[in-house]
Amino acid sequence: MSSRLRRAVGPRPMGIGSAPTERRSVLLAAASLGLSFALPALPARAARRRGLERPRSLLVVWLAGGPSQLETFDPHPGHAAGGPTQAIATVVPGVVIAADYPRLAEVLDRFALVRSLVSKEGDHERGQYAVKTGYRPDPTAIHPALGAIAAHQLPAPGLELPRFIALGGAEFPSRGGYLGNELDPYRVFAPGQKGQNLVPHVPADRQTRRLGALDSLTRSFEAGRGAAVRRTFHEHTLRDALTLMDSQQLAAFDLDGESEAVKARYGDSDFGRGCLVARRLVEAGVRSVEITLQGFDTHARNFAGHSAQARLLDPALAALVGDLEDRDLLDSTVVLVMGEFGRTPSINPLDGRDHWPHGFSCLLGGAGIATGQVIGSTDPDGVAKHPADPVEIPDLSATVLAALGIDFAREVATPVGRPMKLSAGTPLARLLCGEA
Amino acid sequence: MPLPRFGRFTLPRPTLPAVALVVLSLLVGAAASDPLAVRRRAQPPSPGTDRSSGGTLPTAATVAAIDRLLAERRSVAELEAAAAADELALLRRLWLALAATLPSLEEIRSFEADSAPGAIDRALAALLADRRTADALARRLAAALVGDEKGQFIVFRRDRFTTWLADQIAANRPWDGIVREMVAARGLWTDMPAVNFVTQAAADGVIDADKLAGRVSRVFLGARIDCAQCHDHPFAAWRQGEFEGLAACFAQARLSPVGIEDDPRRVHRIERGSVAAVATPVTGEGRNVPPRVPFGREWFGTGGTHRENLAAWVVHRDNRRFDRAIVNRMWGILFGRAWHEPIEDLPDPGPETNPDDLLDLLAADFRDHGRDLRRLITVITATEAFRLASTHPALDSDEGCDRVAAAWGAFPLSRLAPDQVIGAMVATTSLQTIPRDSHLLTRTIRFFRETDYLREYGQVVDSQGGALPATIPQALVQMNGKLAREMVEANAVTSTGRIAGMARDDVARLELAFLVALTRRPTSEERELLLPLLTRADTKGRGVEDVMWTLFNCPEFSWNH
Repeated sequence: MSSRLRRAVGPRPMGIGSAPTERRSVLLAAASLGLSFALPALPARAARRRGLERPRSLLVVWLAGGPSQLETFDPHPGHAAGGPTQAIATVVPGVVIAADYPRLAEVLDRFALVRSLVSKEGDHERGQYAVKTGYRPDPTAIHPALGAIAAHQLPAPGLELPRFIALGGAEFPSRGGYLGNELDPYRVFAPGQKGQNLVPHVPADRQTRRLGALDSLTRSFEAGRGAAVRRTFHEHTLRDALTLMDSQQLAAFDLDGESEAVKARYGDSDFGRGCLVARRLVEAGVRSVEITLQGFDTHARNFAGHSAQARLLDPALAALVGDLEDRDLLDSTVVLVMGEFGRTPSINPLDGRDHWPHGFSCLLGGAGIATGQVIGSTDPDGVAKHPADPVEIPDLSATVLAALGIDFAREVATPVGRPMKLSAGTPLARLLCGEA
Repeated sequence: MPLPRFGRFTLPRPTLPAVALVVLSLLVGAAASDPLAVRRRAQPPSPGTDRSSGGTLPTAATVAAIDRLLAERRSVAELEAAAAADELALLRRLWLALAATLPSLEEIRSFEADSAPGAIDRALAALLADRRTADALARRLAAALVGDEKGQFIVFRRDRFTTWLADQIAANRPWDGIVREMVAARGLWTDMPAVNFVTQAAADGVIDADKLAGRVSRVFLGARIDCAQCHDHPFAAWRQGEFEGLAACFAQARLSPVGIEDDPRRVHRIERGSVAAVATPVTGEGRNVPPRVPFGREWFGTGGTHRENLAAWVVHRDNRRFDRAIVNRMWGILFGRAWHEPIEDLPDPGPETNPDDLLDLLAADFRDHGRDLRRLITVITATEAFRLASTHPALDSDEGCDRVAAAWGAFPLSRLAPDQVIGAMVATTSLQTIPRDSHLLTRTIRFFRETDYLREYGQVVDSQGGALPATIPQALVQMNGKLAREMVEANAVTSTGRIAGMARDDVARLELAFLVALTRRPTSEERELLLPLLTRADTKGRGVEDVMWTLFNCPEFSWNH
């Protein structure tokens, strides 16, 4: 199963597969340096092929708080569970989504829509852990988030930016877990401004003096502890941080070069700016980007709350997918849109919906994903607790990793020597492209 | 971060210097003795002399036995011990490990002025009696006892629990008594904070007995019996049935309007793999699991609730795992590296106490002396291993590092936890000790800055207590972050400003900055290399800022040594 799937999703990322041809290596190098715009225009088939050869990236759009499937991608108007939410048709024949998402409706064919996710965790912290890592919380080990696995497994030659970047303030940040805290995401709390803490407090001459003195003190601490101090990686980390502070690639965080028209398409919000930055980061060769939209925990005023969220999510997500496609990046980027769980079919006395991990939705698109389809369904009347054709969270995580060309079943030793599989699930073959 | 609101108005967020100024003005009255002032100062004692009054202390026999054991270990490894640590290095270690902060300049001065033998032991005794130590130890232990999840109610309950635990530690209550109360307490989470050991496992009105059984076995016994929750343990003797029996000890516990209580009708029931505590009688498929402990069944209490009986078993004086687990954890807190890691997966104790097993030695002393945490700390910190330097000729090679680590031939380098880093940085802003009772400044800084700082700094400790290497975001926040700038800035209230303005010359400024940030004086070579920061600066203030920034960012600041 797994070898077939690996074949199905194309060659392994750069540096792992067979010896590339000269032309291919040039293209790969160009792509990895974030020069996708410099690549020659190709006909659609060739472009798709290039997408498959390019190192892949994972882009997670995290809808924090538990988005209601009924007010987003699985509306049931006219039914008991549906509430007042209306539906609109999409470019995928016969598939409707909530009327608050007119722009997403136009690009829904770039996604596969899963309406039958089931999780065992109905608490925010545990739920996000389960969905982001593919494992239930376990007090004896911290599992890495999918984003950390992608950053760990996918090569990023020439990249000076962090391999895993999280945009927007997530309450429960993703973790590198047993892969190491260097795989924790670099967090940017206010996307659109440069990342925080990147500018020294003092002018260049003082900074130079400070760094010179720091070097002396480091040498001094090494006296009699040489290898022990080197093992702390203190200096190494400091050097990487200083490289980042000076890197030209930081321009990826900066939106000044983007036209007003482009910014307007994403929407004038932190989230919209975050999605635009996310696109620029993927373009610069960052292997894993997570962008968080808070505010879906609507225990009260669910419908107004979700409409407000849609005004942020709909333009930004549609613009993001369109932009990735226009720049020939969508075929090398897996895009996952989801939250920690869904919300109850029943409506509570505060006009809200509560936590519901028994049948909720996600969008999955981009590299290696068989798009334009819907998997699973929920009961329009909210009577049946379990969805038809349920998809378990570990299987979703295996699918995402397989689409990235990662050996999802690979065992990695934790720092205490315990072997752990990157994913305990089985990829859903029908969600993956059959042929390159 | 929510700010206090009064009617329609939200309090403006005060700037730190403004707050500091107010607080400092309150402190000034008390600061009759300015630590900057030149006072009679004893010569710093040379390393190795008058280190302690160890030979006369009641802990001497245990300390000597541990020293012998470690000497044998080094001898087998053909490794010399490191030199004795400098007294100030010891003082720094004790402060970081116990109070999660640094000694102030005032405390360093007073320590150095104490020229009688046993100064370090007196410094330790003072620290043990200091509320900051109880608070910091409680934070450390609570992370293991109730986890570090972030949900809103969990945070409130954990705060109540941690404060209660700090009260118990401050009162030097025996560890077995503290643990008994955690496991068996009844009542509301607000007025019986110990019950929050149990409420940590409550979700949607249901108590997860498996989670509690796992916590009890890992934290109190250093055994991962919870591996057997799903399957028999791969290495140890734990069987699935044993875990189920342990979990069944929590089946009676339930949430009620009067808090956590025990309902004798409830049983632990397993149906098709899912677990539930239900009130009897029950019909249909499934089986009831009675409470059962995996070993030492004769220690299980009788006549009490299941939880009371379990608590009696956990703390039974023949249950050596209980003592071994806490002494290993405390060794880890004090050395930055536990004697055995992973900390919650200790090897099985042998049938009898083994005098060649360090955990057994310490555990026996702990058990035979009233399970007194202060005594345990006193014993561990009096060992030769704790008082060795962190330098060693063998540390020049990777192979040597492994040998030294295995034989405890030098004090290990360990990464400071975020609360220690922030505690150390806050401590360096003031030359005086910031008293716990009027710690408005520290509290204020913590309130407005710690959350932001920790958010950016992230985790440095993995779930098993091992230190993780620094990350790029951590290096960036330390170099360029807001807190770093505020701590370094030379103004009327920071130590940077006071050192710049009041010390007699640049040599004195450099020495004071080193004492404040690194708890030591610069070597002559360092003096030569760093003095240009002061002499070439536009102003004295900027010069001291540059020195302080350098000290904050050097590995010596963020690695205990």
